[in-house]
Amino acid sequence: MSNSSTSDLLKPFKLKTKQQELLISILCLVYILAFITRLFSVLRYESMIHEFDPYFNYRTTLYLTQHGFYDFWNWFDYESWYPLGRIVGGTLYPGLMVTAALIYRLLHFLRFAVHIREVCVLTAPFFASNTTLVAYFFGKEIWDSGAGLVAAILIAVCPGYISRSVAGSYDNEGVAIFALLFTFYLFVKAVNKGSLAWGLASAFGYFYMVSAWGGYIFIINLIPLYVLVLLITGRYSMRLYVAYNCMYILGMLLAMQIRFVGFQHVQSGEHMAAMGVFFLMQVFYFLDWVKHMLSDTKLFQEFLSITVTCAVAAGGIALGVGVASGYISPWTGRFYSLLDPTYAKDHIPIIASVSEHQPTAWSSFMFDFHILLFLFPAGLYFCFKRLSDATIFIVMYGLTSMYFAGVMVRLILVATPAVCLISAIAVSATVKNLTVLLRSKNKVAQIGSTKGTSSAKASSKASLDQSQPFQKNGAMALLFGAFYLLSRYATHCTWVTSEAYSSPSIVLAARGAHGNRVIFDDYREAYFWLRQNTPPDAKVMSWWDYGYQITAMGNRTVIVDNNTWNNTHIATVGRAMSSYEDEAYEIIRSLDVDYVLVVFGGVTGYSSDDINKFLWMVRIGGGVFPVIKEPDYLVNGEYRVDKGAAPKMLNCLMYKLSYYRFGEMMTEYGKPPGYDRARGVEIGNKDIKLEHLEEAFTTSNWIVRIYKVKPPNNRW
Amino acid sequence: MGKLWLICIASISILLPFLCNAFSPETPTDRRVLVLLDDFAIMSSHSLYFNALKSRGFDLEFKLADDPKIALQRYGQYLYDALILFCPSVERFGGSIDVAAIVNFVDSGHDLIVAADVNASDLIREVGTECGVDFDEDPSAMVIDHIGYAVSGTEGDHTLIASDDFIKSDVILGGKKIEAPILFRGIGHAVSPANSLVLKVLSASPSAYSANPKSKLSTPPPLTGSAISLVSIVQARNNARLLITGSLSMFSNRFFRSGVQKAGSQTKHEKSGNEQFLTEISKWIFHERGHLKAVNVKHHRVGETDEPALYRINDELEYAVEIYEWSGTSWEPYVANDVQLQFYMMSPYVLKTLSSDKKGLYSTSFKVPDVYGVFQFKVEHQKLGYTSLSLSKQIPVRPYRHNEYERFIPAAYPYYGAAFSMMAGFFIFSFAHLYSK
Repeated sequence: MSNSSTSDLLKPFKLKTKQQELLISILCLVYILAFITRLFSVLRYESMIHEFDPYFNYRTTLYLTQHGFYDFWNWFDYESWYPLGRIVGGTLYPGLMVTAALIYRLLHFLRFAVHIREVCVLTAPFFASNTTLVAYFFGKEIWDSGAGLVAAILIAVCPGYISRSVAGSYDNEGVAIFALLFTFYLFVKAVNKGSLAWGLASAFGYFYMVSAWGGYIFIINLIPLYVLVLLITGRYSMRLYVAYNCMYILGMLLAMQIRFVGFQHVQSGEHMAAMGVFFLMQVFYFLDWVKHMLSDTKLFQEFLSITVTCAVAAGGIALGVGVASGYISPWTGRFYSLLDPTYAKDHIPIIASVSEHQPTAWSSFMFDFHILLFLFPAGLYFCFKRLSDATIFIVMYGLTSMYFAGVMVRLILVATPAVCLISAIAVSATVKNLTVLLRSKNKVAQIGSTKGTSSAKASSKASLDQSQPFQKNGAMALLFGAFYLLSRYATHCTWVTSEAYSSPSIVLAARGAHGNRVIFDDYREAYFWLRQNTPPDAKVMSWWDYGYQITAMGNRTVIVDNNTWNNTHIATVGRAMSSYEDEAYEIIRSLDVDYVLVVFGGVTGYSSDDINKFLWMVRIGGGVFPVIKEPDYLVNGEYRVDKGAAPKMLNCLMYKLSYYRFGEMMTEYGKPPGYDRARGVEIGNKDIKLEHLEEAFTTSNWIVRIYKVKPPNNRW
Repeated sequence: MGKLWLICIASISILLPFLCNAFSPETPTDRRVLVLLDDFAIMSSHSLYFNALKSRGFDLEFKLADDPKIALQRYGQYLYDALILFCPSVERFGGSIDVAAIVNFVDSGHDLIVAADVNASDLIREVGTECGVDFDEDPSAMVIDHIGYAVSGTEGDHTLIASDDFIKSDVILGGKKIEAPILFRGIGHAVSPANSLVLKVLSASPSAYSANPKSKLSTPPPLTGSAISLVSIVQARNNARLLITGSLSMFSNRFFRSGVQKAGSQTKHEKSGNEQFLTEISKWIFHERGHLKAVNVKHHRVGETDEPALYRINDELEYAVEIYEWSGTSWEPYVANDVQLQFYMMSPYVLKTLSSDKKGLYSTSFKVPDVYGVFQFKVEHQKLGYTSLSLSKQIPVRPYRHNEYERFIPAAYPYYGAAFSMMAGFFIFSFAHLYSK
């Protein structure tokens, strides 16, 4: 590793600068590496926004750059959630958009005439690069600069992070992970230094995090938990008091400036832990002062027990009264579903329906962390061996985030920095020990003069083990082993990035029969058709997944979109999709729908289409409208679309719209017509007639199908 | 001189299509009418009815129903504004006309009069079904009424009935009351229960039934009493107007001229009500009456004149619309006191009756509800006999901007006081703490 601290006695000055040169050049390379490894998607497809949510972020950023901040802040968007509309300014985290707009303004100020889309596409990689720098400083703070460097390298390519920060993935998480790590770093720095300035800095870091992502809840709960652990383990100090109070009070005041958070910060159950710990800190401070004033320890013990009892009782009563009076809102469903992985499945189908909210499979841990999964416990071991305020923090961060990563797939992202940092400690400490062993025979004299506790320990160990045979060879073999593993890690990361995380999901790619690349650009084809061929005030009904894309790319009003704030409205759409056509027509008319859009993968074998999502529509619809019953769509608990399917399934609107005219189509050689390639069956209802809707457009690969709603019968 | 005469005629005949006004939103009365006949004898036997139409300015074109040259449209343009089917026995239309063509003709906003008769062909029955009425399935069935028949010289089989069970609507039947009963001889029909648009204009009496008068009644007749409709009308959603009747002879000169005495009644009318009834209803069918238009829909904030792109919650606004009725020659102000405006988002948030100035202008003002969203100004005016007015205009309503709230609230003064006194206190405390001693 770069930080060869063994030989800085001889020429301290020159070596020092050389070391720094090396350090800076490594950091620069890591910085660039983190950026370019995320560009696969741009090179392979084109500079475009990926997935679903980023399209909303892009649309709002565009609005921000075109209309200015105040209009953005007060934006009432009547193109989504027809006819309810959405107060965009008050229901989003503006950090990402403001950041991108500032970068855009800066570039234009410097006379770079870039389009806002390019800025949006590259924001996430840029912040990923910045995260590597933060990781370096954080690692340096909790261990040493060697660990920092390793952490920077590990996090630069870690798939768990890349999955949410490739170019084009213009989502809140892209900047939020940077903000999260930065806030933690500043807070740990503040605790270590005990300075108001660092506390203030961490409050601002927290403010940025709040403005960027709803995941700030994690910070505002982890930090109090950490403080509580320090208090319990008797590590209370003035430094902690200054850091936490400064961070909490200022951070809270700043966070309340974000409209979406507002008074939640002092009123909702999720934020109460921080407030409780804040008051507990005051009690501790007071006790400290009393202890200082009282010399009698016995008297103090009694005083202590009385005070603590009173404080806890008062806190409990306050919380109870607050909850009972409705002043403090109870925990939200999302928060519950984090603590209890089975909660969402039973109570909130809309959360459970999102694939990234599913519990994590073991394989995806392996996929996203690779060797870090094994280095993580090793790193924890090193942290426990050298407990300090900082290492306790990283241990707690690592353990809690690992738990959450197990609950929800998407939270692997939050765990990634912690896993990288802890693994970096393991790698750095091990490699350092090994190199010390290697060098010990030649330069015994220098060993004693190393700085830093770990090196000292290592050297003492080295001197103990000096008698062992093959020691040098063993160390050499272990070093090679470590480098082999690390190089495997790098290869794995690159492969994962290239294969799994760089597809925009709006343009689909598949391998053709001859191994060639086939591109399905059906989504954009459909949205372009909507934009060109429908009246500007047309309302499009689709399942909520496609809402953001339709408004952003098709520029048409949608009934529901990915901001799932109104469950009833989504349930109404779910009900329409799962009703018979004439019942659905009533609902469609009541919502003034002009077009219905469905996504269908039966021709291409694209499996995340509406038929496969259909049971969730039934569940969500049935959750509000009990006339929709899930068993009606199942046969013996089995979900089928072939001849054996339930009669209601075969005649519901979604089935009809998906399979209209499909029965006469040959999809695969040697199979009967109407063979659904996504589900591998021949469909059960080939003779579909539509009464109230008519096919308006079907894309070239049938992935998106758009139907026009007919006006009511003229003579009936 | 003769040459000039010829040129005159030629130029008129060239200009004629441009001179005669066709149906248009501005002058909604029909002009060009195609009459399809079974044979040309009907032209003379029903001449009173046709002459009445001609005298009102209609341009009638008589064709045999199986004439191979007839067509409703040419080059995508309809050649006629209305169609009269006086051809109850035709099995197949000539030319390009079939049931679908007639249905399309109606669905593109044109009017239709269908007269069936005993032994009506399947084709005419199918047209009836498309319009929402079902003729008696027995082809030789007639409407028989042993109580409400028309007294005639010979005691017949009571198939010539005198009916006076009209729909109560001045718009459809004209302001003048029809005194004399209507003579009717033909097939009865029932209105389809699934169709909400079809109306019975002339119903049979409760004692009527539909059966073959020549054969003995072995099974109960399928159609009885006032469920039998003699004349029905439909106003389609696109305001096309349709008339269906089971008697062609009720349009005939003989029925127009003959006197009528209803059985059991002492009054003998010199002349049957057929002429008045059919003339008045043809005025309605051909949009000479009951046709409304709404123009100049305006809405703006109170005190402003420009129409805003969107409103804010709790804005005061004014809404106005002008509604006119076509009198056959000009647009007259429509006077009613039940035109209502809805401010609608999934359900009406505001429902107000518009006040009229009797000159066609309807207006109201109200306060936008304290709910944001995409609202609609909706006027749904559906009144018997009138064309349905359905205006909807989408308008978003936004919440307050951040700087539109009250800046200083009196109730919050204690809080302001607390904040500032806290700041002052902190400053004094710090000063005292740092510089005392």
